[in-house]
Amino acid sequence: MKVRIKIERFDPEQDNSPYFKEYAVEAEGTDRVLDLLMRIKREQDGSLAFRKSCAHGVCGSDAMRINSVERLACKTLVQDILKGEDEIIIIQPLRNLPVQKDLMVDQEEFFRRYRTVSPFLINDEKPLEGEYTQSPEERSRIDDATKCILCESCYSACPVIQGPNPHFLGPAQIVQAQRFNDDTRDRGFMRRLEALDTPDGAWSCENHFQCTRVCPRGIKVTKLINQTKREIKKFREKA
Amino acid sequence: MVHEYEAVVVGAGGAGLYAALEASQKVQTAVLSKLYPMRSHTGAAQGGISAALGNLEEDDPDWHAFDTIKGGDYLTDQSSAVLLAEDAIRAVVDLENRGLPFNRTAEGKIDQRRFGGHTRNYGEEAVRRSCYAADRTGHMILQTLYQQCIKSEVSFFDEYHVVDAIIEGRRCAGVVAVELSTGEVHLFKAKAVLFATGGFGRMFQVTSNAYANTGDGPAVLARRGVPLEDMEFFQFHPTGIRGMGILITEGVRGEGGILRNRKGERFMERYTPTLLDLAPRDIVARSIISEIRAGRGALGDGSVDDYVLLDATHLGKDVIESKLPDIAEFCRTYLGIDPADRAIPVMPTAHYAMGGIPTDLDGRVLADERGNLYEGLYAAGECACVSVHGANRLGTNSLVDLVVYGRRAGISMGTYAQDNLFTPVPKDGDAEVRLFIEGLMNEKRKLHGDSIRREMQSVMMEKFGIYRNGTDMQHAVARLAELRNGFNEVGARFRGRRFNTDLTEIIELRNLLDLSFLTAHAALNRQESRGAHSREDFPDRDDKNWLKHSLIRFEGSGVSIGYRPVDISKWQPKPRKY
Repeated sequence: MKVRIKIERFDPEQDNSPYFKEYAVEAEGTDRVLDLLMRIKREQDGSLAFRKSCAHGVCGSDAMRINSVERLACKTLVQDILKGEDEIIIIQPLRNLPVQKDLMVDQEEFFRRYRTVSPFLINDEKPLEGEYTQSPEERSRIDDATKCILCESCYSACPVIQGPNPHFLGPAQIVQAQRFNDDTRDRGFMRRLEALDTPDGAWSCENHFQCTRVCPRGIKVTKLINQTKREIKKFREKA
Repeated sequence: MVHEYEAVVVGAGGAGLYAALEASQKVQTAVLSKLYPMRSHTGAAQGGISAALGNLEEDDPDWHAFDTIKGGDYLTDQSSAVLLAEDAIRAVVDLENRGLPFNRTAEGKIDQRRFGGHTRNYGEEAVRRSCYAADRTGHMILQTLYQQCIKSEVSFFDEYHVVDAIIEGRRCAGVVAVELSTGEVHLFKAKAVLFATGGFGRMFQVTSNAYANTGDGPAVLARRGVPLEDMEFFQFHPTGIRGMGILITEGVRGEGGILRNRKGERFMERYTPTLLDLAPRDIVARSIISEIRAGRGALGDGSVDDYVLLDATHLGKDVIESKLPDIAEFCRTYLGIDPADRAIPVMPTAHYAMGGIPTDLDGRVLADERGNLYEGLYAAGECACVSVHGANRLGTNSLVDLVVYGRRAGISMGTYAQDNLFTPVPKDGDAEVRLFIEGLMNEKRKLHGDSIRREMQSVMMEKFGIYRNGTDMQHAVARLAELRNGFNEVGARFRGRRFNTDLTEIIELRNLLDLSFLTAHAALNRQESRGAHSREDFPDRDDKNWLKHSLIRFEGSGVSIGYRPVDISKWQPKPRKY
């Protein structure tokens, strides 16, 4: 079938403002949206810019808004979003990050905020020999958070960053902090508090659940943020 | 712009990040990567990383080394395999200590599962050796190493695409890279350069590899006169999602999954009665093709669309969701099935380059057949060939290779950079690259690269796939030479500077064409069947004439091929039975 795709285009060096350009491509229902973008780029318009790599939903390169929802283009099939013949696919870049060109956004700020939570295991006491001991139950507590691929979908969908507080640390960032805070091997909770326990930290979250809704890895992001808040409260009460 | 770093690492997957961690302890280090590091293809590795920890049953690094050598059909350099197996234990514990969330045993140790070709007591039966984090082991390794690099404040140049190396005589003096966001050409002067650019499966039509896996490192160095080793050996993973090539981990079979033909038969019983579905990949892939050719594929017509079934339904939902959750998700997303209810349609998919940039055990790049070395030039990971995988890699050993040899290369380049001065770089060191890019942007070059890319991929798939023969390869080599010539007419359709991904793809296409050409020549040259290289016209392994590594290099419009002996210091080659 022929599928119509409207893509938001913008090259800050040439264009005054973003505009939509429409393309038509041959597609099967089982094609990935990324397949369609590749076809457009290779066969029709070499100027179209977007990121891609693994093409099966694990590298996080191709997060974008597809029909207004943050999704990975390689994990979205045409049949998942096109219900009728005359429908159209609308593709836009992520929000909350500056557009570099077309569907590419500048990720520096996202990764800068990521680094502020000290996203690495902190523990000066290594086991004398072999691995740290951790029970399967303890391991399963961090399972959800370890799935994060830093694709920025949640960051884009977050109504807090869009509106009341653009300085909000960000959902993925808190997930990454929580991944270590809940790891029985880690001793870095205090250090991460510097980023988490501030007005721009976990407390900015207003429980809109948009992050959870769009996460392509199915992480219960909002739940993890609330868990962070509870752990901070508990820590304060103890102190 | 000109930069100066004592050590430059090209590529930010497992090998590059581990090397950078080590080198940065000693010298000022920069990592250049055409992707954001977290997007590297190490993150797509699924099933596990082997180490003879013996957490669940008796195991021995000597058994691991032997399995690696036999799995490699005796083309493996045996000292490389022994070192790999011994150091794997330290490497896995080190990753765990740095935070890697491995699955755990009831006692709280790292959990282990079975994997293809990994056995107890030199081949008796499958052993639990693969340490894993669900089916996301590569993702966890990549995350852990990147996190450690952040902790160590390693300098990253994200989205810098390396397109040339500066080599003065036998010394590497730096690299030239295009900054993707501006199109600007940068010259990086360095005392030591390490290439860790990953694989080049994108030369094939159906592959598990990422778009980014275009062999930039080996191609750049080959054009600068560096020989490439054992390029004829390219692994097809037996279980890719039919048609798409998306990897379905061997861990499915490690957990008990079974390959079945149209009659529902467990056909591996016929081919490898001891290890069954957990035989090495080259053998399982050939067995699948044999079933299909005999009319026992799922369709039964032996067509290119035919396939077999990977049955995991008997494992139950709990095992699948806890140990293979991503596989379950891929099946739901791309096939609309739940592997707990229905078998997965699979076909072999182009997966892993055993060959690449030849190195010694410290990642130093070999200059020739006699074992002379380059100075200040290193390689590690899939783009390298330390010859630990021989003619066929065992599952999980790629991740072991990254962390064992990536680390060693990083240590060795750090020491070298401490002890040596910068090699002077000619003033116009980046002139060739500038000229090349100007050429690609010239509107006189009218040909679009896409048709060349598509034909290259289908030629490689059809003529250099699982089975090969001399007549077909002869024609294919000639056609690939024409396609390479055709590249001279290819130009970018878009001529902007910022994020010109059209241009990036053309640069990558040139790398793939060069590596296809070398792979094809090397395959045509080797007149035997060994590991992943199976010739219908030479069906047997021929140790008398071919127990040797090939080293191929460009010469004029063709190639020249030399040889290097295989290290068989520990085990004598034997027929390979499972």
